[in-house]
Amino acid sequence: MVDSTMMLSSLWDLLPVRDPAFFDIILLSLKVTLTAVGAAGLIGLPVGAALALGRFPGRPILIVIINAFMGLPPVVAGLAVFLLLSRSGPLGQFGLLFSPAAMMVAQFGLVLPIIIALSRQTIEDLWLEYREQLTSMGAGRLRAIPTLLWDARFSLVTSLLAGLGRAFAEVGAILIVGGNVAGFTRTMTTAIALETSKGDLPLALGLGAVLMALTLVINALAFAVSRLGARFAG
Amino acid sequence: MSDQPSILPLAIEGLSYEIGGCRLVGVDRALITKGRRTVVLGPNGAGKTLFLKLCHGLIAPSQGTVAFAGGIKPAARRQAMVLQRPVLLRRSVAGNLRHALAVAGFGYLERRRRTVRMLDQFGLADLSDRPARVLSGGEQQRLAIARAVSVEPELLFLDEPASGLDPSATRQIEEILLGLHADGLTWVMTTHDLAQARRLADDILFFHAGRLIEAAPADRFFAEPDTDAARAFLESRLFW
Ligand SMILES: Nc1ncnc2c1ncn2[C@@H]1O[C@H](COP(=O)(O)OP(=O)(O)O)[C@@H](O)[C@H]1O
Ligand SMILES: [Mg+2]
Repeated sequence: MVDSTMMLSSLWDLLPVRDPAFFDIILLSLKVTLTAVGAAGLIGLPVGAALALGRFPGRPILIVIINAFMGLPPVVAGLAVFLLLSRSGPLGQFGLLFSPAAMMVAQFGLVLPIIIALSRQTIEDLWLEYREQLTSMGAGRLRAIPTLLWDARFSLVTSLLAGLGRAFAEVGAILIVGGNVAGFTRTMTTAIALETSKGDLPLALGLGAVLMALTLVINALAFAVSRLGARFAG
Repeated sequence: MSDQPSILPLAIEGLSYEIGGCRLVGVDRALITKGRRTVVLGPNGAGKTLFLKLCHGLIAPSQGTVAFAGGIKPAARRQAMVLQRPVLLRRSVAGNLRHALAVAGFGYLERRRRTVRMLDQFGLADLSDRPARVLSGGEQQRLAIARAVSVEPELLFLDEPASGLDPSATRQIEEILLGLHADGLTWVMTTHDLAQARRLADDILFFHAGRLIEAAPADRFFAEPDTDAARAFLESRLFW
């Protein structure tokens, strides 16, 4: 007990806690990524369900395209959002470029295909299993959507966590559209990417440790959720 | 329920179900009568499951008609089915009941009231918070029947409701079925188990190789079957 407390406190000493920028950077990262993934989940889950149950021409092509977008390189996403938000771009008049909002948009675009694609697959598999039963009970495709979303809840939370992991670790997109402006758009990953070479090693190391811890927490959550889900899957 | 006109009898005429030009089910005429315990009997692969799904409306006939009394197309909740392998949702036992009631359009209070009643009636009260899919086979089957009955259908189809259960769970299911019948529910069940058919049936629909070849009151069917196939089925059972 004493040992671990001592270890924790010496770890704490290693972190650049006296650097006020340290916490601002972490807070901004959390704000940007949680907002982006939250919005992507709000939109991506119903869209994924609709894509799983919908019947319309072009559906297979749409599915392939969205699956492909799961692997979209962050720098390409960043470039696209940059062009969209730059002064001469279609959304240029809002002056969002190099702001936290721009970073949220970029991460939203990066995570949305992941959430749509994963939830579509999950819900389509579950529909295959439930279809006959739900039809017999009088639930059509539309009525089936809330049932399937709820019964797939554990897998869906796992997809959200996958999106969260990707967004936290990502640097290319937010660097391009955010610009790593100190105190405004500097996040954990952009700070590490750019401050290391400038010699601010303690800050970079501290942020790296926080990122690792976050990744660990996300994976632990994913593990716990899937264990819980297995119980209900019988 | 009682203020609505009955959906029974259910009349089946010239029914045929084909896949890829291959005829899997053929029924010239059959009648499901109100208040009669109808048992669809036949060996594995005889077409019992397909026949039940055709009656329930899960699959559409290639030819022929399945007509409820007065030509009504009843709402889903007026005629329910317990599938051969019922799919329980990834929820608690009570959650499964509440969901079925919600799909059938019952309001919040009515859902709660009926859920409690079903849990009691089917001996599931102690299990109400368990994930449904970890229950034993017999408990799962009881829940599946409770779920189908919770919406108070007039007619209930059950596909091999006791297959794969041990003797005591089988007897439990049979007692439930007899109790439901006593309460005024008309049901149609399939089985390949001759002894079970003897215990439960008022009317027998005997299927062989996809065709309904005998429809008769149970006592007559067991005493003097009309067809060789039925005789063989009855006798092979006696010799074992
Ligand atoms: N989807 C299907 N495609 C092709 N053949 C089928 C299909 N469903 C059932 N069959 C066939 O129809 C026959 C009757 O099946 P089924 O109604 O399940 O029999 P039972 O319930 O009496 O055991 C079987 O020979 C089965 O192989
Ligand atoms: Mg069968």
